[in-house]
Amino acid sequence: MAVKTYYTREHEWVRMEDGVAVCGITDYAQTQLGDVVYVELPEVGAEIARDGEAAVVESTKAASDVYAPLTGTIVAVNDRLEESPDLVNESAEDQGWFFRMEIGDEGELDELMDEEAYQAFVEELD
Amino acid sequence: MTDLLKTPLHAMHLAAGARMEPFVGYDMPLRYPEGSVAEHNQARNRAALFDVSHMGQLRLMGEGADEALETLVPGDIRGLGDGAMRYTLFTLENGGILDDLIVSRIPGGLGLVVNAARRKGDTEHLRSHLGDRVDIVPEPDRALLALQGPAAVAVLPDFADLPFMAWREGEACGVPARVSRSGYTGEDGFELSVAGADAEALAGRLLAHEAVAWAGLDARNSLRLEAGLCLYGRDLDEDTTPLEAGLGWTLPKRRREERGFPGAARILDNPPVRRRVGMRPEGRVITREGSDVLDGSGEPVGWVASGGFSPVLGGPVAMGYLPVALAAPDTEIAFDIRGKPRPGRVVRLPFVPHNYFRG
Repeated sequence: MAVKTYYTREHEWVRMEDGVAVCGITDYAQTQLGDVVYVELPEVGAEIARDGEAAVVESTKAASDVYAPLTGTIVAVNDRLEESPDLVNESAEDQGWFFRMEIGDEGELDELMDEEAYQAFVEELD
Repeated sequence: MTDLLKTPLHAMHLAAGARMEPFVGYDMPLRYPEGSVAEHNQARNRAALFDVSHMGQLRLMGEGADEALETLVPGDIRGLGDGAMRYTLFTLENGGILDDLIVSRIPGGLGLVVNAARRKGDTEHLRSHLGDRVDIVPEPDRALLALQGPAAVAVLPDFADLPFMAWREGEACGVPARVSRSGYTGEDGFELSVAGADAEALAGRLLAHEAVAWAGLDARNSLRLEAGLCLYGRDLDEDTTPLEAGLGWTLPKRRREERGFPGAARILDNPPVRRRVGMRPEGRVITREGSDVLDGSGEPVGWVASGGFSPVLGGPVAMGYLPVALAAPDTEIAFDIRGKPRPGRVVRLPFVPHNYFRG
């Protein structure tokens, strides 16, 4: 069975891989932003509360905050985004991941949207 | 919400899949599906087509229009030959800048292209100062297209001999147009003023050429920034003088001697204390308009007026204002980006060399 991906209203995605939450911005978000030219990632070891500012994604047009979908500690960041921020455009929900978090409460996931709910949410926005 | 204005090419932008955004009262294309960076590179390497019909086109008609306009701008307008055009500024009594504009010599008067956001104010300014000397004729029904890039000349070969900053009336792809060798990207190219009703036909025929593709406002901004060109409202405003803005070249010797434009004494008798400069942050972090620029001791000493990503350099670039003492190239500075100082330095403008047609 495929690993379930969860979504926030701020257009982040998160999924559990090997007990760690992998987070990024959604494909919808990258199409809204346009060409991504810089990503400012959090420091490994940073403790971030759910909905706290975790990263900044810069398109040619503007800078946007990226929030932590869950409460936890940053255990890894995607160093490839340093040289290739365009990975966020090419593969937002896979190769273009932002950071991995160790989380305390997997129950927080239940408060996020599943794929179907997120698609419906996005359709309302357009 | 007020209804946004539409240019004569609005339907074509939608059909091309453009992402639209409100811009000075118009619903304008921000970018097309290829994306801003591809559109930027299109203008640098091939030819990009921009709809700039939101810009204000007007005519000052009547004998002595050039002398009359010289009372409002510091440029040499009397010396404009037939078919010539020039970049100049509406200055204010305090020495600041009301707008920047292009002035063309046309039969019986002058043609002006002004910024969309300033069109109303400029027109009032002209009416109140020159209303009894010239006829001020707005041309709201005309469209303006810009074809920019090294391949532009192959698309409009009939205008290959047109010098930089000159224009003539002619047929572009069979459409009657006022064609000028000018633009806002630093590249060779043309700007084409046509009747609104002809705009779709002209755009369609230009786009049929394999070298041409649409580009939107986002690419237009990154192109002009790489070329070190000012954007009114960011790099120029009512509190910035032409000399501070590094636009002293728009004040020729005769006008400096004769004066007779608003704010002449304020502009010419006060050496600038700050200067527009080019700046580059180290690394890839982008600095944007409004960021403080810090000196070596971390004190805010200036600001970023325009900042963004340069596709050609593959990194961030900015223009802004610094005290004259810190304006020399290679001066080490820092940018306050989200509360953190990020090192950078002053660099020469433009960031990317101009590629204008020089005959």
